Amino acid sequence: MREGMLSRLGLSTTQTKGSLAGWIIALLPLSFFVFFCTLIEPVAMGEPIRISYPWIPSLGVELSFLIDGLSLLFALIISGVGTFIIIYAGGYLAGHHQIGHMYTYLILFMISMLGLVLSDNIISLFVFWELTSITSYLLIGFKHEYQDSRYSALQALLVTGAGGLVLLAGLILLGVVGGSWQLSELFGRGEAIQDHELYLPMLILVLIGAFTKSAQFPFHFWLPNAMAAPTPVSAYLHSATMVKAGVFLLARLTPVLGGTSTWFFILTIVGGITMVMGAFLAIFRTDLKSILAYTTINGLGTLVFLLGLGTELAIEAAIVFLMVHSLYKGALFMVAGSVDHETGTRDIRELGGLGKYMPITAVAGGLAALSMMGMPPFLGFVGKEIIYKSAFGVAEHHMFLIMLAVLAMAFVGKVLTGVSAGLVTVSPFLGSKTTTPKNPHEAPISMWLGPVVLSALGLLLGLSVAFSKGLQDMIVAPAMGAVLHEHEVHAKLALWYGTEPETLMVFGLSMLTIVAAIGIYIRGRGTFASISQRVTMPWNAEQGYQFALNGMQSLARWQTRVLQHGYLQGYLLVVAMTLAGFGGLAFFSQVGLVAPVWSPQFPMVHEWLIAGMMLVATVLTIRLDSLLGAIVALGVVGYAVALIFILYAAPDLAITQFSIETLTVILFVLVLYRRQTITHLLEEEIARDSPAKRIRDLLIAGSVGVFITSIMLAITSEPLVSELKHFFAEESVPHGKGHNVVNVILIDFRGLDTMGEITVLGVAAIGVYSLIKLWFARDAENNTS
Amino acid sequence: MESLLAFVVGGLYAGGIYLMLRRSMIKLIFGLVLLGHASNLLIFTVGRLTSDQPPLVPDGAETLTEPFADPLPQALILTAIVIGFGMQAFALVLVKRMFLTARTDDVHAITTTDTF
Repeated sequence: MREGMLSRLGLSTTQTKGSLAGWIIALLPLSFFVFFCTLIEPVAMGEPIRISYPWIPSLGVELSFLIDGLSLLFALIISGVGTFIIIYAGGYLAGHHQIGHMYTYLILFMISMLGLVLSDNIISLFVFWELTSITSYLLIGFKHEYQDSRYSALQALLVTGAGGLVLLAGLILLGVVGGSWQLSELFGRGEAIQDHELYLPMLILVLIGAFTKSAQFPFHFWLPNAMAAPTPVSAYLHSATMVKAGVFLLARLTPVLGGTSTWFFILTIVGGITMVMGAFLAIFRTDLKSILAYTTINGLGTLVFLLGLGTELAIEAAIVFLMVHSLYKGALFMVAGSVDHETGTRDIRELGGLGKYMPITAVAGGLAALSMMGMPPFLGFVGKEIIYKSAFGVAEHHMFLIMLAVLAMAFVGKVLTGVSAGLVTVSPFLGSKTTTPKNPHEAPISMWLGPVVLSALGLLLGLSVAFSKGLQDMIVAPAMGAVLHEHEVHAKLALWYGTEPETLMVFGLSMLTIVAAIGIYIRGRGTFASISQRVTMPWNAEQGYQFALNGMQSLARWQTRVLQHGYLQGYLLVVAMTLAGFGGLAFFSQVGLVAPVWSPQFPMVHEWLIAGMMLVATVLTIRLDSLLGAIVALGVVGYAVALIFILYAAPDLAITQFSIETLTVILFVLVLYRRQTITHLLEEEIARDSPAKRIRDLLIAGSVGVFITSIMLAITSEPLVSELKHFFAEESVPHGKGHNVVNVILIDFRGLDTMGEITVLGVAAIGVYSLIKLWFARDAENNTS
Repeated sequence: MESLLAFVVGGLYAGGIYLMLRRSMIKLIFGLVLLGHASNLLIFTVGRLTSDQPPLVPDGAETLTEPFADPLPQALILTAIVIGFGMQAFALVLVKRMFLTARTDDVHAITTTDTF
């Protein structure tokens, strides 16, 4: 009870502690923000700033940073929104036992994101790009005890990670074709790169990377699922920053890859589909965060669409809309999180009349929604006007029909976004009070500060356009200059452009958008939710993802079953066939068959006898079903080897071979016959395999034999050149002080080897001893029991 | 004689691999022993055979005079013989232990570690 009272006042002990940490940690992004603010003027006035540290110079990889209008704008958004997000997370997750992890991941993410937008080297850009994927995986999966969190985190990682790999291929092509890994150098080589025959594959690879990251159709499905993340994460990653990384990349590479008709059509079509689809799907959702997620897809589609148009006006519209979207969407996500936090539900059907209980949150949400609808004098209105202006401007470059299509897509997208703005604010905050799982009350200051500041900025920046040129000259124009790669760029922002026919048309369309949005909202707000329950999509992109994932897993299972089956014979067959097949192919194609050489001396009778004896003994080892017989046959082979050593001047080998062979035979008989004879085993074995299998094995083993024989015939047909032979013969006595050269090699020249050999033997002896010991212990146990 | 040994070594390889492809663990070890012999003979043969002088420097002499047997392959083979013996001994005891536990020497019966 007491706990409840305190937390209602926002004063519970854990809550204050958690938020306090948030306030302190927020000083880090805040200091970044202040630092970037000090760079606004130098960047707007002069040249971009470049800072470079060597990283892997031999590969052209540098840790280099490029601060120009575009990267500075993104850096300001990332650090500015990040400051409020950290404070908000402190309030939202107050008392959560892993809140420290959240702060860590958020800061790591912010730094990766800053690295991404500020990179000049495309390889370091890629490294930061992947770091944002990894940190977003940790952030989406923050509530890892829930299965859907883990599922969504993995999905986001797989989609953006796979896109990242495709992007890497594209960037490498870009670096190779462009002859530089520095963006600042590539900017000037756009025409040469676009004329290259690898332009199209490079463009498609880069675009796939950007589209997966920025949730463009058909890769959009991961973004609504990523709403399983805690709200501060959704507000930061999935509205203001990470999903804009793809948009950033497209803007960054516009001077290099942009401006071609391929670029125009792919970006406008994909962006247009995403824009309309996101806005359309949003109005049928009932979950606040889900509505916002789909409108984010719409916003990202709009940005890609505008970058595709590529005119100066369209770029200006993209830059302004980027700011508009970050401000209202960040604020609205945080508002949605506060509503969820204080009432216990995010379903708009269960919410209503909250304005009385959460006045500050309601005002912040209302301001953000007005900017989202594009109501004058909000920044959203300024942004929408330029979007329509740039759509009209398409007629200068393309057919009238294309202009109409562009305009229609922009209009539909904007109207439906306006409807969504109503759904996420009017429905929960106005109307009659409903019963919610928790009794609603105002959120703590840590949770309303961010929405209030961000939504108020949307209003203030909109108003500032009327009487100051600060925004257009210091922020928008430098960013446009970076995208267009031109120095003299003029932006024109205004709330009222005058009374020329064209500007009046734009203004009229803008007003029509608002009226249409309000009309649709009023007529349809009750029915959207019920429609979505009745209509189910026959197929969606997420099923494609599932299909690909399942397919990959079955492929992995299949190949593991086939390759890692657990049967020794199978592995040996593969080894033997590879040796005989590939080795044989290489050998016979390069060298060919070499005939045996029977000169200078034809083998004598005893040599033929030894050879024949060995082959007969080998066959007997294979064929005999008596264990003792097989052991003896094996011994005969060993003794015959020793005989060869005697005949060909290797007395040391012969002595060793004789003693080892004797030991081996004794050991085999001792081990195999002691305690429990297993003589019947070979008889059993012969019955195990079918004749067909035996013939197959015989053929494979035989071909290995043929391969080895051919190699040996080829080698021995050439004269031997050995410098080592003479080195050892000459050095043994003076340096090794020994007359037996083989022994000197073993204990002197290759002494370390011999030590290793002794160690191996020792280890084997320990192994044998312990196995035998175990076996006696088992015996003793059995006897007593 | 090198050519003759080439055929012998090929035969030993074929026999060794054929034995290793059997399902009996004991035959697997027999196969390993044959492969060991085959490899030693291969090194010995490609180092060329000579029946003249073993690599022993006569008393009083400082160095060997041609023709003499190459000492290097012999040193390598000496190491290989001893290591091979160590491995055979260990494998043999292991197979016997396995037989006492699993009551079979069929490798197909022991494809998982979970049964025993």
